[in-house]
Order: sequence, then C-alpha cells, then structure tokens
Amino acid sequence: MTAIQQPHPAQAAVTPLVEVRGLHTYYGESHVLHGIDLTLLPGETLSLLGRNGMGKTTTLKSILAFVPPRRGEVSIKGQSTAKRRPWQLVRQGIGYVPEGRGIFPGISVREHLIMAARPNERGQSPWTLERVLDTFPRLGQRIHHDGSLLSGGEQQMLSIGRALTTNPDLIILDEATEGLAPLIRDEIWKIIREIKASGIASIIVDKNIDNLLEVADRHVLLVKGEVVFSGDSRGLREDPSMLETHLGVA
Amino acid sequence: MDLAFFSVQLLNGLQYGLLLFLIASGLTLIFGIMGIINLAHGAMYMIGAYLVYDLTFRLGSFWLAILAAIPVAIALGLIIERLFLDTLYKRDHLYQVLLTFGLILVLNEAQRIIWGGDVHSVPVPELFSGRIQLTDNLQYSHYRLFVMGVCLALAGVIYWVIRHTRLGIIIRAGAVNRDMVEGLGINVRTLFTLIFSVGVALTAFAGMIAAPLTSIAPGMGDSILITCFVVVVIGGIGSIKGAFWGAILIGMAETFGSVLIPSLASMVIYLIMAAVLLVKPRGLFA
Repeated sequence: MTAIQQPHPAQAAVTPLVEVRGLHTYYGESHVLHGIDLTLLPGETLSLLGRNGMGKTTTLKSILAFVPPRRGEVSIKGQSTAKRRPWQLVRQGIGYVPEGRGIFPGISVREHLIMAARPNERGQSPWTLERVLDTFPRLGQRIHHDGSLLSGGEQQMLSIGRALTTNPDLIILDEATEGLAPLIRDEIWKIIREIKASGIASIIVDKNIDNLLEVADRHVLLVKGEVVFSGDSRGLREDPSMLETHLGVA
Repeated sequence: MDLAFFSVQLLNGLQYGLLLFLIASGLTLIFGIMGIINLAHGAMYMIGAYLVYDLTFRLGSFWLAILAAIPVAIALGLIIERLFLDTLYKRDHLYQVLLTFGLILVLNEAQRIIWGGDVHSVPVPELFSGRIQLTDNLQYSHYRLFVMGVCLALAGVIYWVIRHTRLGIIIRAGAVNRDMVEGLGINVRTLFTLIFSVGVALTAFAGMIAAPLTSIAPGMGDSILITCFVVVVIGGIGSIKGAFWGAILIGMAETFGSVLIPSLASMVIYLIMAAVLLVKPRGLFA
C-alpha cells in the first residue's frame, strides 16, 4: 500500500531546496532505486525511513551525484544536478554528514573544522569555529587530538560540526546516531533540534523512529527502492501498520 | 675509512638523498592522493635536465635557464594531467601503468628528436664553482652544498604547506578519502591538477639542479624512477615526511653501500625496503 500526502498549497509556491522526480539509480546492473520522488522545502526537516538495504543511503548519494542516477531528475534550489560534480552541489549550501562519519585519520579536530569552512551563498558565516565549539564543548576539549582517535559520539559531533562550518542551508545526516551509546544519542538529537531551530533544513536517515517522529516535519518511507509513504508525523502515526510492516515498529 | 672520507660520503649521501626527496615528494603525492602510478615521473627528471641544458646555452645563463624551464615543466604537467590522466582516474591501475609507460616512450623519443642521443653536460655556475676545504687533501663542491640548501629549503616549504595550511589539510585528507573531500565542497579535480603539476615541476626541477652534477643522457630518468618508488614505499605512500626520511635513508644507503660493500651495492636499497616492509607493511610514516 502506498500513501503519498501532497504538500500544503502555501508551500507549493516556494522553490524547494531539493526536488527529486522519478529517480532510478543502479549499481552496475543492479536496479536499486525505482522512481523515487521527494521534495524538501527551506527550513524543513525530512526523514528517510526504511530497513537496511532499502535505498536510503543510495538516495542521498544520488541527490549529491556520488552515484549519478540513470533516469529521473534532481534539482537543488531549482537548478538541475545533471552533469554536475558532488562538490558543486555541496557548494550550493549542503552540509554532508555521511554514514561512517568521514573523519580523516591524522587530521586534528581543529583541522577538520577549518578545512572546509566558508561563508554561505549570501556571504554570511553564522557558524564560526567558536560557535561550533560552543555547541560541541567536547570538541573544544580535544581540539588538537587526531579526529580518528575520538570516540564514536565525538566523531559524529565532529562530522556535524565540520558540516556546520560550511554554513549550509541543508544538512544531510546519514545514520545520524548509529552505533552510539544512548546518552550520546540523546546529545546528538539535542543538537539536531538546535540545527532545526536555527533554520537549517535537514534530511535525516536514522533508525530511532521516536526521535524522527518528533523532530522531522515529513517522512519518506522506502521499501525496495520505492516510496511507500510520504507525509507528516501525524499521517505516519495514524497508520501504525505502515511502521509495523516496513520498519518492525510495534 | 677516515673521518674526512666519511664526512664527504655523508655529505654526498645527504645531497643525493635530498635530491631524491624532491623527485619522490611529487611521486608520493601523485600516487597517494590521486591514486596514479606515474611511471613517466622519471622521464620528467630527464626533461628538466635537458631543458636546462638547452636553455643554458640559448640564454647564456644557468639561472635564467632555470627560471625559464620551471614554467615549461609546470605547463607540461598540466597538459599531461588534463589531456591524458583525466579519463583514467576511475579506471584500474593497469590503464594508468600502460598510459604512463607509453608516456615514457613518447617523452624519451621526443628527447631524442629534439636533443639527439648524445650525452651532454652543463657547467657548474660561476657563483658556486668553488670548493670548501675539508682536510688537507679533501674538498667539497660549493654547488653540491647549494643543491643541499635548495632541497632543504624546498623540503621546509613543502612540509609547511602540508602541515600548516588549509591546502595542506585538504591534500592530507585527499590521501585518505577523496570522495569525502569532494563531499565537503572541495574541487578535487582542480586539486589533482595542482598536485600533478607541482609534482612534475618538482621532479623536473630536481633534474635541472642536478644537471651540473651529472651526465645528461637519454633515459637518465628511468633508473631514478625505480629508486624513488623504493623511497615512496619505504616512507609510506602519500606521506611527505615519509618521502623525506625514506629519501635520506636510501641516499645514505646507496652512497655508503657503493663504498663499503660494492658487491651488494645494487641490492642494498631493496634489502632495506624488504626489511622495512616486514616491520611496517604500510611504510615508515603511512
């Protein structure tokens, strides 16, 4: 069963930050995404839900052109991503926090936080190094440590902090709290709420449904590379069979 | 071996090692960050030497020749990277090996067409033609000391850029995870072009300043390429610090090896490489 809610009419006039239409992505001969549609508006928080191997990470990688789709269209801020490189898309105001965190061995916390720092497209830099260190005091305490020697939670904070120093309009968090201790997870969710409150849009992939239902404005549920649900938290809560069948949440 | 003779060998080893560093630093960056096995790297050393030989006689000054040859070397690196390597980044190493081996043949043939098959030499510049007296009967060339100074200064600059600048952080990060660097909005393509051009320019520059110390002959870059690969493997692929210490180690080993154990001299560097890899399979500083 597929349930797709239409966006609110007032929102339809706004240029979406990300718009994906009929996305088909392959790994070699393996057809992974089967016509994904999704829309993300400025300031909105969207969750990508689904069991392992359903195409969540591939969707994110297709949006960022790391795995270019074979068919379909992706546009960021109204501009098609076709024939563009990932760095060019990221430069449009996307902060990327990948699965596995993408921390570089041999590079210190401070170096991670300055290596990609830049103002946003409007020339503003609300996320300075100081603000990031205020948001993540643990990083400040380990500022000269090798980033790869931090704990998993600290590495995730570093990855998020590094993305914030690019002063993005959208932050993409793939497996935001995977493998972290419960207390650290809570800390990461608190930071995600702060990011949302600061007006930055986000696409979040995570397995913690309760937090996603609370934080995200809308959800896209993927099953075998297809969207089976797209709507808000209320719509998802009203259809518990959707969560039970596709995510195993009772 | 008396102290004076030992000192001369030490200086020779150091000078050779520092020269090897200039070549190996480009090789390790190109290999470690771009993933390109550039077999034509040694040929660029030869081209650097021939360029300076040609331009010294055309311009009448070794120093002007160097100034004119550096932009030519950078341009050559840029052209090779953009025209030939650009399409090979996503392909298997075998394609890169075949292409860069082909480039050796092309560059060697170009050298023969332009400069012929004769052996040439470049006079030591007047400014450094003197010698320093080490003992009553042992002297050391000013020019060799100058080469050491230049190589050390360049090593310092490279180290400073790699360790203390944003570009250096990006280069080090690129050696570990190129996709993630691109995911931070950094143009890895431009970074590759820069690294390749600088790498080629460094090795060509090594050929330029080595020209007054060596015979300028066809294929002179082929043997030094193998030695530099040994340096890169010993130091750790992608590590500038590794290239430096690896080059000093190999420079000393080759110099002292040929004096102390001439029968094993050609094997010494490979024995050292084997020993290092047994203890540290990824190299000393990887």
